[in-house]
Amino acid sequence: MKKTKDKIIEKIIFICGILSIIFVALIFGFLFKEGIEFFRDFGLKNFLGSAVWRPTSVPPQFGILSLIAGSVLVTVGACIIAVPLGIAAALYISELAPKAIRDILKSLVELMAAVPSVVIGFVGMVIVAPYVRIILNLPTGLTAFTGSLVLAFMAMPTIITISEDAIRSVPKQYKDGALALGATNWQAIRRVVLMAAMPGIIAAIMLGIGRVIGETMAVMMVTGNAAHIPHSIFEPVRTMTATIAAEMGETVRESLHYRSLFAIGLILFLITFIVNFVADLFSGRSKNQ
Amino acid sequence: MIKKLLILFSVCIFLIGCSPQKENAAGIQIKGSDTIVNLVQVWVENFVAQNPGISIGITGGGSGTGFAALINSTCDIAMSSRKIEAIELEAAQKKNLEIQEFIIGYDGLVILVNINNPVSELTMAQIRDIFMGNVVNWRQVGGDDLEIVVLSRESNSGTHMFFKENVLRMGNPNLQDEFSDDVLLMPSSQAIYDEVSQNPHAVGYVGMGFSSSKVKVLRVAKAAAGPYIQADVNTILSGKYPISRPLFLYTKADPQGLVKSFIDFALSPDGQQIVVETDFVPLKTKEPK
Repeated sequence: MKKTKDKIIEKIIFICGILSIIFVALIFGFLFKEGIEFFRDFGLKNFLGSAVWRPTSVPPQFGILSLIAGSVLVTVGACIIAVPLGIAAALYISELAPKAIRDILKSLVELMAAVPSVVIGFVGMVIVAPYVRIILNLPTGLTAFTGSLVLAFMAMPTIITISEDAIRSVPKQYKDGALALGATNWQAIRRVVLMAAMPGIIAAIMLGIGRVIGETMAVMMVTGNAAHIPHSIFEPVRTMTATIAAEMGETVRESLHYRSLFAIGLILFLITFIVNFVADLFSGRSKNQ
Repeated sequence: MIKKLLILFSVCIFLIGCSPQKENAAGIQIKGSDTIVNLVQVWVENFVAQNPGISIGITGGGSGTGFAALINSTCDIAMSSRKIEAIELEAAQKKNLEIQEFIIGYDGLVILVNINNPVSELTMAQIRDIFMGNVVNWRQVGGDDLEIVVLSRESNSGTHMFFKENVLRMGNPNLQDEFSDDVLLMPSSQAIYDEVSQNPHAVGYVGMGFSSSKVKVLRVAKAAAGPYIQADVNTILSGKYPISRPLFLYTKADPQGLVKSFIDFALSPDGQQIVVETDFVPLKTKEPK
């Protein structure tokens, strides 16, 4: 009886594990099917080689370059803000903070992760964007920079929690050894603890990037969505995710435009796949050393 | 363990057997344009008050969503802020469906600027130049020396299409004029209203219902000689105000039963009174005013 019970539970867990793979494969297959039809009708070269996105014109133009530029700019901006802040916060929480402060900080960071993105987007649109416009003296506050600020806020909980776990799982002897050899506390943290925790921190950053690049609602509300190649981070941009979300609702089903949105989804999927792959490569390499 | 599962399973079956069969006979489904979803909601409330015991479901999602649902027979009435497109008619014909169109009112589009903007009237030609990016500074149309930030709806909303066809292309189907690529595409009329109300650079177009004391509604002239006309029910009905569009309900041809009585209610004097109350423009009444 015990054995059959074990077997059944094992099977159930196996199915749960395999399900996620099946789902990913199905999603990819669906995107691929719709996307490929689009490439056949419109041409991959026109899609990836043009920056003019005018899906409802006659003839329609589906140039994705300006959308990729928008997504990349917002993501890079968010990383520049969120990564140093996130790692520093993780270091403080795990290495420096007194226990009482640490507990409060940890639960606040978790609370930060629980704020729905549409709420963050709303705050970004109503409060952050006007201040960005006034303080930086820009014509509009709906810019890539505002998007980066908002997304940095959303990526930080991920980066902090996972980095903090990685830093705390570094064996205490490493740091003690460094201190015993005469290193100062900061030297020990920077040269030993941080280095030992690096694979985990890189994984944390990659997961943060994953959240940023896939985020839709908040970005759509604060970046202005102008489909042009931006010259600086203080201009409005249109991201790939916002394009899909904004245009899917009112497009004609089975039309070229409808399929073009799946093609964007396919590109987005490939980008996230590459980001994850690079993350795996990094953490795998440092583990082997 | 297995016994428990069996009991759970049989309880489930029992519960499913007990749940009442859903009555489809006395209900209709309405889907489509977000522009008029509020209007239709008020119609439904009044209609149900007069005909107790029926259930009517309303979902937004966009004009395209409504047509797709009508064609797939998952709704009975599609709401739309644009005419049905050829590709959608084709899809309907493939399923042997005849579609019938009802114009149920009109919507006036107003041009909004910030309350502190000294500009209070523009000609159609000036509006066209601003939205196409030919005029980039308020000084060029008699305002302050500020860069113009142009706000539009998303490229596939019925409102965006209407504005492009009737303002940028001046109603001439042979013209190929487009919005400037620098135009910010906002996810909703509310977002345009919010940005205009706090940004002195901004200009945008929204439905008449969004006029309020926090923004300035421009008077519009067809030609430079004037007269400059304020948008209201009378000027739109008489055609003096140049930017207005019809609103539609679509059904399968020759509607019967509840669908027919709902459409009749919408077109009745009571229904048209509700059109006025929700800040749209009613159909022309037969007797001259």
